[in-house]
This record gives sequence, C-alpha cells and structure tokens, in this order.
Amino acid sequence: MSAKAEPSQGSARATPEVARAGSSEFVRVEGVTKKFGSFTAVDDVSFSIDRGEIFSLLGGSGCGKTTILRMLAGFETPTRGRVWIDGQDMTDVPAYERPVNMMFQSYALFPHMSVEKNIGYGLKHEKMSKAQRGDRVREMLDLVQLTGLSERKPHQISGGQRQRVALARALARSPKLLLLDEPLAALDKKLREQTQFELMNIQDRTGVTFIVVTHDQEEAMTLSSRLAVMDKGRIMQVGTSTEIYEYPGNRQVAGFIGSINFFDARVIRRNGDLLRLDVPDLGGEVDAAAIDGVSSGDEVTLAVRPEKLVINRARPDETNRTLGTVEGLAYFGKDSLYRVRLPGGNLVSAMSVNSRRAGENERVADWEDQVWLSFAASSAIVLTS
Amino acid sequence: MSAAPTTLRRLRRWFNRKGWGQITIATPYIWLLALFLVPFVIVFAMSFATRTPTAPPFSFGGENPILNWENYRRLFTDTLYIRAYLTSIANAAMATVMCLLIGYPMALGIARSSRSWRNILLMLVILPFWTSFLLRVYAWMGLMGTNSWFNKLLTSFYNGIVPDDWALSYIPMMNTNFAVVLVTVYSYLPFMILPLYANLEKLDLQLDEAAMDLGSRPLRVFWDITLPQSIPGIIAGGMLVFIPASGELIIPSLVGSSSQPMIGRVISDEFASARDWPMASAVSVALLVLLVVPLMLYTHYESKAQRQAQKRAEEGQ
Ligand SMILES: Nc1ncnc2c1ncn2[C@@H]1O[C@H](COP(=O)(O)OP(=O)(O)O)[C@@H](O)[C@H]1O
Ligand SMILES: [Mg+2]
Repeated sequence: MSAKAEPSQGSARATPEVARAGSSEFVRVEGVTKKFGSFTAVDDVSFSIDRGEIFSLLGGSGCGKTTILRMLAGFETPTRGRVWIDGQDMTDVPAYERPVNMMFQSYALFPHMSVEKNIGYGLKHEKMSKAQRGDRVREMLDLVQLTGLSERKPHQISGGQRQRVALARALARSPKLLLLDEPLAALDKKLREQTQFELMNIQDRTGVTFIVVTHDQEEAMTLSSRLAVMDKGRIMQVGTSTEIYEYPGNRQVAGFIGSINFFDARVIRRNGDLLRLDVPDLGGEVDAAAIDGVSSGDEVTLAVRPEKLVINRARPDETNRTLGTVEGLAYFGKDSLYRVRLPGGNLVSAMSVNSRRAGENERVADWEDQVWLSFAASSAIVLTS
Repeated sequence: MSAAPTTLRRLRRWFNRKGWGQITIATPYIWLLALFLVPFVIVFAMSFATRTPTAPPFSFGGENPILNWENYRRLFTDTLYIRAYLTSIANAAMATVMCLLIGYPMALGIARSSRSWRNILLMLVILPFWTSFLLRVYAWMGLMGTNSWFNKLLTSFYNGIVPDDWALSYIPMMNTNFAVVLVTVYSYLPFMILPLYANLEKLDLQLDEAAMDLGSRPLRVFWDITLPQSIPGIIAGGMLVFIPASGELIIPSLVGSSSQPMIGRVISDEFASARDWPMASAVSVALLVLLVVPLMLYTHYESKAQRQAQKRAEEGQ
C-alpha cells in the first residue's frame, strides 16, 4: 500500500518521474475513511489532483468509488479525514455551497422539467439576468449538440441525449470541479467511444477539473491524465495510465489492469540496472529491470505482459527466453493471442500484432508448434507484493 | 386415482364454455351497474315525481305532471338549499386544506423515515380505524363541551393572550362549523396521508441531491423537486377527503350547527322527517353533479399521468 498517496512517493518501483506540467494542487483528499455502520466503504484514502486534470477512480463494483465522489460533492460526510478543494477545507460545507457539480450515474434529470429547464436549473441561484441565463443555456445546448431538443422532457429523448443533458446541466454553472459517476456506462460501445472523445474535448475547452468514476479500465486509461486504482475501499496505486500499466506497484494492480503472466522468482544478485532472477518456470535465470529495496535471496514475482512476449520460430539470442508448445490460438484480426504451455506446466499468454498480411498457414506459429518465447529485460516487471 | 384431474379438466372446460372468463372481467361493471347506476336512475327518476301522502310517498302522473320540475325550481330558489350547499362545500374545502397542511408533512416524514419505521408509522396512521367512527366523534363532542378539560385548557390559553375585556368563561366550539371542520379533519386525515405517502415514497431522492448539487437549499429543493412531483398524490388525497366530506351526514348532525345545516343533513331531513322523497332525490342529484365534475377532472388528470408514466417506462427499457 505504498502508492496510496502521490505516484511513486515512497514506492519501491522504478517509476520514471513524469513531470506534471503547470502542477498546482486543486483537490486534496487526506486520510478519508467512510463507514456505514460497521462496514468500511472507504478506507483511509488520500490523493491529490491538479487543476485541469481528468482524474479517474478505477475499480470494481462496490469498491467505494461513488462514495468518494459523494463525499467530494457533499452528500456524505467522511467518518475521518478531510477534503480540500481549491485550498479550502470543504469537509463540512453543504453540497449547495460547494463549487462542485456532479453528473449522476443515473443522470437524475428532473422528470417534470424540460431539457432547457433542467440545464438552466442551477443558474437560478447565480446573479444573472434572465437574458444572460438564456444565453448560457443556449451555449450549453450548443456545447452538447442538443439545440433542437430544448423543449422536450427527459422521457422524450434517447439515453445518449439524456447523458448529454446531464453533462450540460452539471457544466452550466461553470463549476471548478466536475464529478462524473460512470458517465458512459449506460451507453452502447460505439456511442461510448465517441462520447469519450467528446468529454475530453469539452474538458479541454472548459478547463474544468474532472473526476471520473469508472469500472472500465480502457475508459479510464483513454480519458484520464492520471488514475487511482481502487479495491475494497482502498487506493492501491495512483499514476498516469503508463505508470499504472507499465509500472504497476503490486500484483493486484498488475492483474487488474490488462492481462499479465506471473512467475514466482528469487533474486540472485543485482547487476547495475539489471536484476538477475532465478525463475524455475522459465527454466533458469532471467534478467529484469532493477527495482530498489530488494536483495539477494528475496522471493519476488516476475510479471510480463502478453504483448511483451515475442514468439520466435528459431532460438533467439536474448537471455530471457523459454521453449513452449502452442496450445491455444485466438485470431482477433489486428493481433492474435497465443496460449503457450511451458515445460514446467505453466500456461502463458503471448500477444502478437499481425503486422503483415498472412494466410491461414503462414502464421508465426500454429497449434502444437514448438516456439521460443522471449522478452526484453526492460519489459519485465518485478513485484515484491 | 385419475378421477380428480379428469374432474378438474371437465370443470375447466365447463368454465371456459360458459364464458365465465368474460363474466369475471365484467364483474366490476356489473357491480357498478347494479349498485351505482341503477340506484342513481331510480333517484334521478324520483326527483321528477310529486310528493303524495301515500305509501310510498310519491307518484308520477295522475293529476300530477309526469315530469315535475318543481323540486329543481325549489332547489335554486329556496335559500335553504343553496346555503346548505355552500356550507357543505366551504366546510369540506376547509377540511381538505387542513388535511393537506397536516397530512403532507406527516406523509413526507413517513416516506423519508427508515424502512423499518415506515410500517410502524403507517400502522399508527390507520390505527384509529380500529375503533368505531361514531365513538370517536362522541369523544370529540366530550372534548369540545363547555366543561371539558380540553375546552378549559384552550380557554385559559385564549384568555392568557387576549385583553381582559375579551376574556371568555369557555370557548363555544360545539355546534359550529369549526367543530365540523375539526372532526372532519380528524376523521379523514388518513385518507389524505395514505395516497400522499404512496406518491412521496416513490420519488427518487437522487433528484433532491441533484438539485442540492446545483445550489438549492433544502426548502428550495422541496419547492422545486418534491412538491411538483407530488401533485398527483395531492389531488388523489384531496378528492378522497373532499368528496365524502361534502356529503358527510354524521359529523354535522352530531357536532354541527343546526342553523347552518350541511347538505347531507338536508337530504336526511327531507327523506326521513319531511318524508319528501322527491325533494331529497333532487338535492342528491344536484350534490352528485357537484361532486362528479371534480371527480371527472381528477380521472382525466390521473389517466394522463399514468399514460406519461407508461411512456417513460417504455423508453427506459
Ligand atoms: N448509504 C449506504 N449505506 C450502507 N452501505 C453503503 C451506502 N452507500 C454505499 N454503501 C456500500 O459501500 C460500498 C461502496 O459503495 P459505492 O461507493 O457505491 O461503490 P462503487 O461506486 O465503487 O460501485 C458498497 O458495498 C455499498 O453497498
Ligand atoms: Mg458506483
């Protein structure tokens, strides 16, 4: 749980220091715990977000993502810990006084109001003339491309349109911080991808800081500048998509994001930037990028992503190599997934991009073929927990 | 052993052949026809009869006209009837408004309480129905009487806040419209609370949060979000109180003013004491017309709301 706070802070990972441009802390969540009765929904969570970021909370259903958003919006009070927004302690400020707006998972559009009234609702509390309000509503309708539907009631528009009304309503008051709870979950795949880019576009134009809750890792990685991976009320790691994917802090994060092959390993010695490991399943010694905090004899986990495993017909020159038999093959068009049985009995996944056009019998490898798998030392992830 | 299934099958076939299915569907209509429409036609016809000292005490034709409009003429010219209608409607309207003002917060409170409390509170709302209605009205008569502790308490409270020369030895509550409204509110409050509760309980609290998120304080949220969505409940509760309250007989007879009779009392008196069945019928028909108009409005509104809800559900899928 070393990566609870800032990325790489105190963690034993060889994380490259990614400079965050124009870094200025905007949201700070500090040691926040939320209990419902005896059940701990959010457990000692801390993170901070910069102005203008799209920050994602990623995790399975029931891990406490919505509860964190609700504490930021002001619908729940933390049992312990504090919440700062734009330098102000907001922990005990009621929802209606926070410079924050939320887009609800179910959209929560007012059924008795037209699209226009829904979007303009929050503006009633602003010091604005009626004409200014009308202009702002039109501007919002334009932003989400719903200009023709202003008179409709929510039940008279489609799901995708409702989603955009909810977004426009949340943006209308120009909040400093926009909270989006699974904004795309109710949309079908095509609309979801399209809307993802629209969201990023809107964030770019408005400059509002976004916090997005999602259980879809691809969505989190596409959308966000940084993300927090959660499990059972705790944050396991915070970082950019690349950091989380390429430099996971522990086995759980590595397994949660994308697919990965794990091998039990033992540290032999450190060789400068490399770590020499004994991996019985790979039939001997391999090299991996070194991490701090391990010494000879430590039991660690070696993790390699399927696309980092190269399939060779002939014996490759790399140190990190092993022989195996193709047991399964899935062709996806742009790439293919191979399931390879190692001599030790492990079944590993290797992904190979189909960069050349090849017929049925011209593949890199086929069922029952003997192949060599190899991977670069720099692609190997060493995990201590 | 196979006798039972065979019998059952035969029964079912017989049931289907005889068209019992259609009869089942028709039951509510038969009910309405036999217990509402037929009696109404009889009453309606009787309102055009002439009162005679015979048994039954009315007749059509003979030396009297077949269609006697005299009863309706009296209805619109004799101020007794007009005043009785106005008193009834005023009392019923007052009681409905009071029921709404008292019942709405109660219904909202029940709807927003925890699930385990809700059933207990609802139980308490309908608990008075377990004792006789008449008994409860008598209890109120006792409370409102000039010598009751309740009256004395109110009197001392009243005397405490008004100048000395306005002081009273008791508050005259019995036999006033105030008493009628008070007891009506007490008796009909559950009929306001229950439909309102059914409506409020269904509301999505996330909408309240959304409004609060957009800057509305709790009172504003109630006004903008809860109240507009509870209008069907208000209308249903209002009708359930107003309609029976305006035709109420027992409450005005027991606690009401005899100089300002309500229409239920007039019908009863015409029918029983004066033995003027045709006049009683005419008064009833007029009351029905007076009540059917708002009922029709309500049904119209309700079916419209239902159509909307259905449409919403279809779109939601
Ligand atoms: N008001 C509440 N009372 C009791 N338990 C709650 C409440 N809200 C959320 N929880 C519980 O807290 C956990 C986290 O919920 P939530 O934050 O909604 O998860 P997520 O959004 O990640 O799916 C869940 O197990 C849920 O049942
Ligand atoms: Mg959720």
